[in-house]
Order: sequence, then structure tokens, then C-alpha cells
Amino acid sequence: MNDSDEEWDEGTPERLYVITGGRVDSSDRAGLDLVTLIVARQDPQVGMQPELASILRVCRSPLSVAEISAYLVLPPSLISVLLTDLLADGRVEARTPDPSLPDIALIEAVIHGLQKL
Amino acid sequence: MDCKSSETVVGPRSEDRLPASAAAAVKIVIVGGFGVGKTTLVRSVSEIRPLTTEETMTQASAGVDDTAGVERKTATTVAMDFGRISLSDELVLYLFGTPGQQRFWFLWNGLFDGALGAVVLVDTRRLEVSFDVIGRLEEAGVPFVVAVNTFPDATSYPTEELRAALDLPEKVPIVECDARLRESSRDVLISLMRYLRSHALAPEPM
Ligand SMILES: Nc1nc2c(ncn2[C@@H]2O[C@H](COP(=O)(O)OP(=O)(O)OP(=O)(O)O)[C@@H](O)[C@H]2O)c(=O)[nH]1
Ligand SMILES: [Mg+2]
Repeated sequence: MNDSDEEWDEGTPERLYVITGGRVDSSDRAGLDLVTLIVARQDPQVGMQPELASILRVCRSPLSVAEISAYLVLPPSLISVLLTDLLADGRVEARTPDPSLPDIALIEAVIHGLQKL
Repeated sequence: MDCKSSETVVGPRSEDRLPASAAAAVKIVIVGGFGVGKTTLVRSVSEIRPLTTEETMTQASAGVDDTAGVERKTATTVAMDFGRISLSDELVLYLFGTPGQQRFWFLWNGLFDGALGAVVLVDTRRLEVSFDVIGRLEEAGVPFVVAVNTFPDATSYPTEELRAALDLPEKVPIVECDARLRESSRDVLISLMRYLRSHALAPEPM
């Protein structure tokens, strides 16, 4: 990013503070889980914060928060903060299991999928 | 941790991309002591080369800074391996393999929240490392099965002896596996899911 980066331990709170504009990970993370699937609804724009542009790029197909974290090499807590912005203005969508689906239906679907492996 | 600028971030390879129809994902957590085969299990069933996610954990350290009278905080980076299995065009399963240092597993915000359940991988030569995690899973109400990873030089014990040694209730399944084999690892996951199904059909405290 810039030269001063080299003086930082990349994972330090100071560095993360800059990327998120000083916002703190809220405890509920806007309902985001490590395995919430994120899908971009638009392409990255010129002049966009680089981390946000990267998220839009890697999420052209559905990708979990954990995978975004792995590809961007940033902690999931920080990715969640960045995603909150992208979700707020509809630049990405989040997909989670239908909460009205009974547990048993989800369990059966997982068993069925594993048996086909 | 190595931060990538937007241009250098490499996304998933085309064969690692999920179809646009992927609608939801669920997770299972693999826990167990150092070197028990957690990463091996994740790798053997995953459809992608396992990825790593790193979280920075801030922990209030024991003791108080005498001069300032404020609590000291220490930041530690904890890395976790995870893999992925597409169960259908819509449903995806993620497997998280915890790192060896147990004290971080339950600090990782949201690791166990919403998880279907956990697999406790054990090595019969070092059963004692599993005591703490089993207790913590029970406390957190996370359903789990115990999978004995069979190493060639480990003695094989009857299931009931293991159950007694681990102080496990009758209902918790104990299965054997070879974490290096895809089918064997898959069968461990199926055991967990069948256990969850039996519980969903006949609810009682786990
Ligand atoms: N014989 C045998 N060896 C295994 C088996 N599973 C894992 N190993 C070996 O045991 C070693 C440790 O396995 P890992 O998968 O790295 O263990 P881990 O639980 O992820 O270890 P940490 O992350 O360090 O706690 C590796 O050299 C594996 O090849 C198994 O089922 N049988
Ligand atoms: Mg490992």
C-alpha cells in the first residue's frame, strides 16, 4: 500500500483501525457469520477504497466471509466491518440459511450431500 | 499478516468458485489437541485446497499495570484452516480446523455460534488433551461426536473404555477414523449429522 506499511506489524490494531476508519467491530457484526455467503451486486468503482474494491472483485461469485478473509489476508472481524458498508448501500448481498427452515430439513440436506461424496 | 493491495489480491481460481446458485452455507468445527490430524481431516474432504483465516485476538492479560492502574492488553494472531464441501447447487458446508492452542478457540468471535456441531478428534496416546475441550463444548451447548484418529503405533481401546476415560454420556457417538482418507473423514461428518438428526427428532438436552 505505502512505504510506512513496512514499519507496521500488519496485523496490529493500529493498522486495522486505519482500514476501518476507526470503527469497531460491533458484537453482532450485522448478522454476519464466518460462513455467510457474500455476492457482489456491482463492479468495483474507480477511486473506491482498495479493500472494498477487492471484496467486490472476489465476490463476483458467492464467497464466504472466511474465504474473503483468506484471500484478502485480513481478519474476518475487519472484513465484517467493511461488509457492513457494502451491505448498507446494496453493493453486495448476504446469503444465509433460511431461518424458517426447520433444523431437521437442513440436517437432512447435509446428510444427503455428504452421502453423495 | 500480509495485506494485499486491491490489484494484488488473488481471488478464487475459476475451479474454486461456487455456482451463482449457492444460497446458504453451514459450518462444522474440528477440534482436538496438537497434531491430532485436524488439518489432515479438513484437507482430505475439502473440495478446495484449505485456506487460512487469521484473527487478531485481544486478551486482557492477567494482572494490572501498577503505574497506570489500567489493564494490560495483549494481541495474538490466531490462524485457522478451513475447507469447503459443496453439498448441492444451493448448500455449502465449511469445515474449520482449530489451531492447537485451546485457549483461543472459544475466544474466536462467532466460531461456534451457529455451527451445526463439532468433531472432537482424539489420539488415544494423548487423551488428556481432549478433557478440557469436551467440557467447554458441553458448557457452550455445542453438540459433538468424538472421532478417534487411528495412528499405527497407537493402542486400540474398546469404545466403552474410551467413553469411561473421557467421561462421555452414552448418547455421544465415538467413531474411529483415518483422517488421511476422504471417505473415512466424510463418514465422521455423517456420524455427527446423524447424531444431530436423532437429537432434532427426539429433543432432550445434549
Ligand atoms: N498415521 C496417521 N497419521 C496421521 C493421521 N492424521 C494425521 N496424521 C499425521 O499426523 C501429523 C499431524 O497432522 P495434522 O493434520 O497437521 O494435525 P493438526 O491437528 O492439524 O495439528 P495442529 O494444527 O498442529 O494442532 C501429520 O504429519 C499427518 O500426516 C492418521 O489418521 N494416521
Ligand atoms: Mg492444524
